[in-house]
Amino acid sequence: MTGKVTAMQKLNRDQMAARVARDIPEGAYVNLGIGLPTLVANHLPREREVFLHSENGLLGMGPAPAAGDEDFDLINAGKQPVTLLAGGAFFHHADSFAMMRGGHLDICVLGAFQVSVRGDLANWHTGAPDAIPAVGGAMDLAIGAKRTFVMMEHLTKAGESKIVADCSYPLTGVACVSRIYTDLAVIDVTAAGLKVVETFHGLPFDELQRLSGVPLIA
Amino acid sequence: MINKLCDSVQDALAGVADGATVMIGGFGGAGQPGELIDALIAQGARDLTIVNNNAGNGETGLAALLATGRVRKIICSFPRQADSQVFDGLYRSGRIELELVPQGNLAERIRAAGAGIGGFFTPTGYGTELARGKETREIDGRMHVLESPIHADVALIKAERGDRWGNLVYRKTARNFGPIMAMAAKLSIASVHEVVALGELDPEHIVTPGIFVQRVVQVPRSSTGPAGFKQAA
Repeated sequence: MTGKVTAMQKLNRDQMAARVARDIPEGAYVNLGIGLPTLVANHLPREREVFLHSENGLLGMGPAPAAGDEDFDLINAGKQPVTLLAGGAFFHHADSFAMMRGGHLDICVLGAFQVSVRGDLANWHTGAPDAIPAVGGAMDLAIGAKRTFVMMEHLTKAGESKIVADCSYPLTGVACVSRIYTDLAVIDVTAAGLKVVETFHGLPFDELQRLSGVPLIA
Repeated sequence: MINKLCDSVQDALAGVADGATVMIGGFGGAGQPGELIDALIAQGARDLTIVNNNAGNGETGLAALLATGRVRKIICSFPRQADSQVFDGLYRSGRIELELVPQGNLAERIRAAGAGIGGFFTPTGYGTELARGKETREIDGRMHVLESPIHADVALIKAERGDRWGNLVYRKTARNFGPIMAMAAKLSIASVHEVVALGELDPEHIVTPGIFVQRVVQVPRSSTGPAGFKQAA
């Protein structure tokens, strides 16, 4: 199933990030994956206390430092310089991944190539034979948090749905995604199937269903 | 008198054998012990297995070690980066073996070695190609994969401050793999920017107790540079 949506009907990247940020409550421990999810931090209101975790070993991550103040001993998982909020903490890698793998993080937000109807996630490797694989913390993040949010465009550039019956890319985790935020809709992964929570810009359910190509529940 | 302090990085690296498994701390540039890696290159051990989160950045440090051709295998989670050209070339030409490990498994396998754990079950990677061929078990209704410890002959780690007993504290996110690699190796060698007298490190704040560290060497303070991403021109 392929389809075209006009630019008017889609959220842009910042609008998607703002929508995800709405669902992150005060007091949550959150890991934002590299790429699109990183933008979510810009949309968390200042007065809302949210603990950002970065798997290289910090909690209470703050925004990027001012130019000239970079300290490359204080970086995030993307190896970019960051700051530490008052009350933040440093720890070693086994503790950092225990926070993830031990189910202590409330939410992680990840980008994806594909999500299946069962919540399988593919986001680490295209499987191209000449590609050098690199997994990092993707598989730990996928299965560790209490809730795993995926944030991705609904369709590929070719107009194919990234929500699929079965992932064709190599899996990152099995049945691990809780909720999918796309530029067209918010969709929960439930035992009964994919439940549409919200569509954007008045996109009718039937149109979303047509574009997605997998069964959705209104 | 117990004195783990070495006079030079050359002394600190003495005795590393060919065929050794060497853990090297660091996440990108943060915590990467550049002076110890340079000393390992000068020391000349070959046929090495390296354990690191990445596979080198740019042309210095771990990338320079790989470029010597003395590394047979690397165990890491994230080799491919914008500036991993040295590794990329070796890998594409079949001159280095890669064991790709999810980052949390890498950390926990290192910790397990240091803690005397013979293996552990984790949900990470279940159903993926990185768990292919591994033993699985259902525990509390969830599928788990059996993972084994990673032991090392030598660990090279970068700390901020230490004393002659080998007690260490680190700097910011440069801590990353240092504490667990120190636990997992038979011979753990730490570079520090400052050596202090016994008792000057607050015992409430010591991150790596000296039991895990065999050698300490002071190196000049240098600021950590960017690594792992494309920089704006």
